[in-house]
Amino acid sequence: MTTPSRLPEPYGQGGGANLADILERVLDKGVVIAGDIRINLLDIELLTIKLRLVVASVDKAKEMGIDWWESDPALSSRARRDELARENAELRERLARLEELGLESRHAQEEGP
Amino acid sequence: MTGLRYVYAVCRPYGTPLQAQLTGVGGDPPRLLPHHGLVAVVSHVPEADFSEEPLRAHLEDLDWLTTVARAHQGVIDALTTVTTPLPLRLGTVFRDDSGVRTMMEEREESFLRTLDRLEGRVEWGVKVYVESERTPETSAAPAPKPASGRDYLRQRRMQTKSQDDLWQRAETFATRLHETLSGVAEDSRLHAPQNPTLSGASGRNVLNAAYLVPRVKSEEFVEKVDRTKDDVPGIRVELTGPWAAYSFAGEAATGKEGP
Repeated sequence: MTTPSRLPEPYGQGGGANLADILERVLDKGVVIAGDIRINLLDIELLTIKLRLVVASVDKAKEMGIDWWESDPALSSRARRDELARENAELRERLARLEELGLESRHAQEEGP
Repeated sequence: MTGLRYVYAVCRPYGTPLQAQLTGVGGDPPRLLPHHGLVAVVSHVPEADFSEEPLRAHLEDLDWLTTVARAHQGVIDALTTVTTPLPLRLGTVFRDDSGVRTMMEEREESFLRTLDRLEGRVEWGVKVYVESERTPETSAAPAPKPASGRDYLRQRRMQTKSQDDLWQRAETFATRLHETLSGVAEDSRLHAPQNPTLSGASGRNVLNAAYLVPRVKSEEFVEKVDRTKDDVPGIRVELTGPWAAYSFAGEAATGKEGP
């Protein structure tokens, strides 16, 4: 189709734009007008649970105040890192306990009856 | 006339007709509903699907939502090739033509103002991804099997560190890219990073930005994006568009920087 525009070829739009690109625009952007049929998109479970999930966190996004996922390990790399640190500490502690136990039992064997 | 009115967009009257075979939401071709100096682009949709209760139920169905979203975007896309549309949010539905006209009447002034602001401009989407889930095999020599708990912890620490370095590079890269592109664009918006299960894209989305660019400067903008591609290993740039100015259509236009 010839168009009057002098735009470069569309990049990945139409069939190619990913579903998230399209949904993010048609559901989240654009002009909000209360029609006769009143639907609050925030009440839609699918939209709040599945579509609004954001997974990466970067300081840029935080600058905009988008940081509600920060404390959720499923959504946030930082929270995941925090969790990793906790996990590390826990593992270290367990390891130390095990090594202590191992030493004790070896000592016990060596110095046994 | 029976059925409800699904409104896609509001624009100024335009001369070039839309593609004849274009179908909108529910398979109904988009129709023009003029009112004063504005035109609403609408489809007739069945009450069985678009009155409050069925619509609410349908919106919980990802397949239905996908179909409607693509149809909605298809009409907006077609409008973008012939005019500058003001895209409305998915699911803007009125009982009849007169309801749509009343709405246009009430908001006429703000529509005209926004249309003036967006005239001749399009939106480009730019996303930056970090290929984060790299296995140690691809980033370094294969990690030897940890010989002890301490070894294991040391390996975990090193992996975390190299991941942190990559994130650091990605953030620097994304910040610089955003600055460069903002120089060509009139306005920009930073959106929340995308959910990979929905986008199907590999890697982690760290920058998800939209830029408002005059059509005449679009070529320059696209070239700028192209030039940054493949600059940094482990980081990927994706460009989408031209879109209608979805991200800039809101009345509460904040974040406008510079002159």
